[in-house]
Amino acid sequence: MMSNAKVKVAFFDFASCEGCQIELTNLGETVFLGLLDHIEIVEFREVMKETTDQPIDIAFIEGSFTREADRERLESIRARAGIVVAYGSCAATGGINALKNHQSDYKEYVYGEDAKMPHLDSGVAGPISKAIKVDLAIPGCPIDQTEFARIVSDILHGKAPTIPNYPVCVECKLRETVCRYQSDDHCMGLVARAGCGAPCPADGVPCEACRGLVDSPNQTALAEVLVEEGGISEQRAATKSRLWTANFRNEE
Amino acid sequence: MTQNMNVNVHHVTRVEGHGNIVVNVTNGKIEKCEWQVPEAPRFFEAMVRGRHYTEVARITSRICGICSVGHTLASVKATEDALGIPLTKQAIKLRRLLKHAENFDSHIVHVLFLVAPDLLGAQSVFPLVPTHTEVIKAALRLKRFGHEWGSLLAGRTTHPTRVVPGGFAELPTSKELATMRDRLINEVTPDINLVLDVVLSLASRFPDFDRPTEYMALHDSEEYGLYDGQIQSVMPDHSKEQWYVRDYRQVTNEYVNSQSTAKWTKNKLESYSAGALARFNNNYDQLHPEAIKVAKALGMKPLVTNPYLNSAAQVVETVHSVHSSLQLMDELLTSGIEQEELGNPTKHGEGSSAVEVPRGILFHHYNYDEDNMCLGGDCIIPTNQNHANIQHDFEKLVPELLAAGKTEADLELALEMLVRAYDPCISCSTHYLNVEFVK
Repeated sequence: MMSNAKVKVAFFDFASCEGCQIELTNLGETVFLGLLDHIEIVEFREVMKETTDQPIDIAFIEGSFTREADRERLESIRARAGIVVAYGSCAATGGINALKNHQSDYKEYVYGEDAKMPHLDSGVAGPISKAIKVDLAIPGCPIDQTEFARIVSDILHGKAPTIPNYPVCVECKLRETVCRYQSDDHCMGLVARAGCGAPCPADGVPCEACRGLVDSPNQTALAEVLVEEGGISEQRAATKSRLWTANFRNEE
Repeated sequence: MTQNMNVNVHHVTRVEGHGNIVVNVTNGKIEKCEWQVPEAPRFFEAMVRGRHYTEVARITSRICGICSVGHTLASVKATEDALGIPLTKQAIKLRRLLKHAENFDSHIVHVLFLVAPDLLGAQSVFPLVPTHTEVIKAALRLKRFGHEWGSLLAGRTTHPTRVVPGGFAELPTSKELATMRDRLINEVTPDINLVLDVVLSLASRFPDFDRPTEYMALHDSEEYGLYDGQIQSVMPDHSKEQWYVRDYRQVTNEYVNSQSTAKWTKNKLESYSAGALARFNNNYDQLHPEAIKVAKALGMKPLVTNPYLNSAAQVVETVHSVHSSLQLMDELLTSGIEQEELGNPTKHGEGSSAVEVPRGILFHHYNYDEDNMCLGGDCIIPTNQNHANIQHDFEKLVPELLAAGKTEADLELALEMLVRAYDPCISCSTHYLNVEFVK
């Protein structure tokens, strides 16, 4: 990856809020212009009209794969990209879009009798890896700016980036945040994948596991803790993990 | 003239567009002139069903990454309305301040990163880095500041953490707020002045085009409506009418259109406009005097009926938000930030809200059961409210441009700039512009 020529980078998006792209504009003058010393952005429709049909070194893809109509475009990106990075939870896990996956009437609910119009079609929301091979997935809703900048740096330096496989609880302990369970609340942090720096509990709200779950989470115990320690209803506890982790659930 | 037009394959495959401009002219006759929206639908209104009231704003915030503060505010307001959750005066002030931060942040990105390249004849902001370095550095600083300002109140600006039904889960300290106030004066004001000089020097490059329409925005008796108010519209004859927010369906009248995965809306005319220009036309008298000065320098006075000047109205609003926020910060600092308990539900049922997000008036509506679980939702976003108006602009603009002997390239740029002026959901505003000429 390292050479004198700037690395060609492109950004693409599918079903998403495009907030992860916005997070990139929040990097500020120093980091943003600093990155431009090392990379050349050849396509990024949020901010530029220029496009490319040439090979790309790194393609960053945001958004979920929700309809077959998008497969061809994904395959075309894969065909000309050296490295494909799915960034943000929509692309990495299906994210919030998967919250409708267990429902059968979502089209009728939103569009009423017009739901059968072909252009309104949308199927099960999944990660980008459902359609094409993905080399790296960076979860987060939104992505963490610092983690993103570190991973780009790792790729540019030929180092294998790592995404933590320990729970958010670890990061709360590191920053000395009082546990939500000690504050008359509940939390998904005990099974949620870390790497975000645990901003939510520090801001007084539960972790919703927006980055997905750690490998082999104990989902039965999670529901028990949510009820017994978190004081939420059994019905709510049973469906809690649909919020951001619908595609990780044991049963459906 | 039309015979000389070349097919423009700006983006070869249409699959990547979330919006398309399709203009079909045969022997000088316009056979097709359409604004199309094929954005992948995501079904948020169905997804909130069965979720606890404390989770709903976290879900609907994800409708839009750039307006996520506005979606969060609209969502918690509608939930508070439905569940009878009280709010303190301090919480309302902090939310008003947060609303200013979001509009400032978004307007900076739109005007300086997305619109300015058109006015300077560039494809994007990147070629301008070497030629307009100081302004771009100022723009990046202002963007970063908007993010830090919003984050102080909301935890973060993309999908806020701290804004919850009943108030704020975590409050800024008086010291943090005082620091932000000082930075607003010492850091932001010089950068804003630098940017204003550039904008004023480019103002004559906004295209000439007029199409009076209905302009819809919030009207708040206390301030230039952003966080709260009643629905108001002003007609081409300057007549105004107001509606209760709970009656939002009467003024939006959503319908599905085959050109679009997004629903379209209309009220008194075939279409209406939402956004900075609509707010400007409805509430000009309530702008901060410093913002009125900028409006005058730009030659703007209501009614402004040139949709291209929505971007100029955003500049006026940016100045308004800076100065109004300084006043709000002073008020908050005088009383000092006090720790407060969150408001709790006192009833259940239906509730509605409206908030002015950067792109215009946003409605949320929810219904809750006795366990405070959501039974369903309805969200009407401003970009969707503008689709029909963009279509009607196209239908007036294209014949005018053809009659003036404009080239295909002129036409393409004029239509792209028009769409961009409405600031449709920011991350889409470049790839919306998939101009295709069919002959």
